[in-house]
Amino acid sequence: MKVSFRDLTMRFGELDVLRDISLDVAEGEFVCILGPSGCGKSTLLNIAGGFLSPTEGSVTIDGEKVSGPDRRRIFVFQERGVFPWLSVEQNIGFGLFDVDPQERQRRIDHYVKLVGLSGFERAYPRELSGGMKQRVEVARALAVNPDVLYLDEPFGALDSITRLQMRSELLRIWQAERKTILFVTHDIEESVQLADRIVVMSARPGRIQTIVPVALPHPRDLSSPGYISIRDSIFGEIGLAHRV
Amino acid sequence: MGGSSTEDGQLPVWERIAWPALASAMALIVWTVAVRWSGTLIFPSPLDVARGLLQLAEKGLLGAYIGDSLWRVAAGYTLAVVVGIPLGLLLGWSSSVARAVNPLIELIRPISPIAWMPLAVIWFGISDVAPIFLIFLASFFPIVTATASGVRDVPPMYLQAGRNFGLSTARLMRSVVIPAVLPRIVIGLRIAFGVAWLVLVAAEMIAVDSGLGYLIIDARNAGKRYDLVVGGMLLIGLIGLILDTIMRRAEAWAVERR
Repeated sequence: MKVSFRDLTMRFGELDVLRDISLDVAEGEFVCILGPSGCGKSTLLNIAGGFLSPTEGSVTIDGEKVSGPDRRRIFVFQERGVFPWLSVEQNIGFGLFDVDPQERQRRIDHYVKLVGLSGFERAYPRELSGGMKQRVEVARALAVNPDVLYLDEPFGALDSITRLQMRSELLRIWQAERKTILFVTHDIEESVQLADRIVVMSARPGRIQTIVPVALPHPRDLSSPGYISIRDSIFGEIGLAHRV
Repeated sequence: MGGSSTEDGQLPVWERIAWPALASAMALIVWTVAVRWSGTLIFPSPLDVARGLLQLAEKGLLGAYIGDSLWRVAAGYTLAVVVGIPLGLLLGWSSSVARAVNPLIELIRPISPIAWMPLAVIWFGISDVAPIFLIFLASFFPIVTATASGVRDVPPMYLQAGRNFGLSTARLMRSVVIPAVLPRIVIGLRIAFGVAWLVLVAAEMIAVDSGLGYLIIDARNAGKRYDLVVGGMLLIGLIGLILDTIMRRAEAWAVERR
């Protein structure tokens, strides 16, 4: 197993945020963590990223316990995480400060192309649209060649058309690079479009309510009966979650 | 329609020069007329001021005074920048240092630099150091506060991203924190500069016998030369305006890059 959560519990003082989370994520798998606001799904991702320590339990990656942030596992925020004082290529090369200049440039060029930002290498984030900034962040993460990507509602701030485009872009990149992806979202449609498996969480204290496998090939037909039945079953699950 | 600032940028160049020139010319005319009508023997007309300054320039004193004032402001201000930015970074970065030191800073900050004049004289005597110290005090606090609050406002995700990519604390400071707070520092630098220039006159009223502040006091004490008093005032205003314009340009440049 690539990423393993074992009996994870998180409390902030009196506040019960996560309870008894156990989850295994396979190498190269795309897992969506889906839940209502405040269910602790971002906290879960922050623990996996090494930015928070759990109250009880642990996260291991390749059998190694997570004890802090690590370049092999990169966290991607909404597009606000790009550095406004760096150009597109400087942002993408940000994590490559100890890589020799030639290799660094080679990787920058590769990822500029991969995320479709050719021609914008010298542009600054203020000159880019939200979707383009999000691409910069994804490219910056991929450039250090991590084996796991954590995405925390990465497309939440984008308009709905751009969001759809970004999802298929992400799938294309995922298929090209074969990273393990943990993707936090509160958007049911988004999770069914993207994930191999959907981890549905209950409202606080966050628990894993159910895990829904999505055995649909990509690209997914959003009007196929298979897609709709999975989507509706999750709507049902979330409905229950709201009644907790 | 809209605010005057947006209209301002759209005005043709000649209008942007002509209207302020006209307003200044009006002020000079009103000033001249007022001096004539009142028949004052003490208060100078603009022409008297210009003549007085010209005399002073011919004696070589004007250039020397301006040079001395600029040097003192530059020295005190530079010192404040060199000490203030690192201290601000530290205070913004470390909440435990901030907790220990902030009460002290908050206690000293509201004291006008002018109140330090007696102490500056007993500490530094009759020398350039006393006014430089006062200018340092005046510009130090705005720089420290702007820098520290800027560091505290750095978006947490920038720091998180920096740590995620394995940056050491020193590298995080250099490649993330400092560039992120730079616009705030530049704003602090401009405010500090304004205060420094403001304090100059008071600072040069003690311990020194040159400079624009000295000129004002000396012109009054030595011969009631109010033409030079007013001339010194106007020069301080004019130089302050020029320097502030330069600082604003720098600020716009730094902030625009966001």
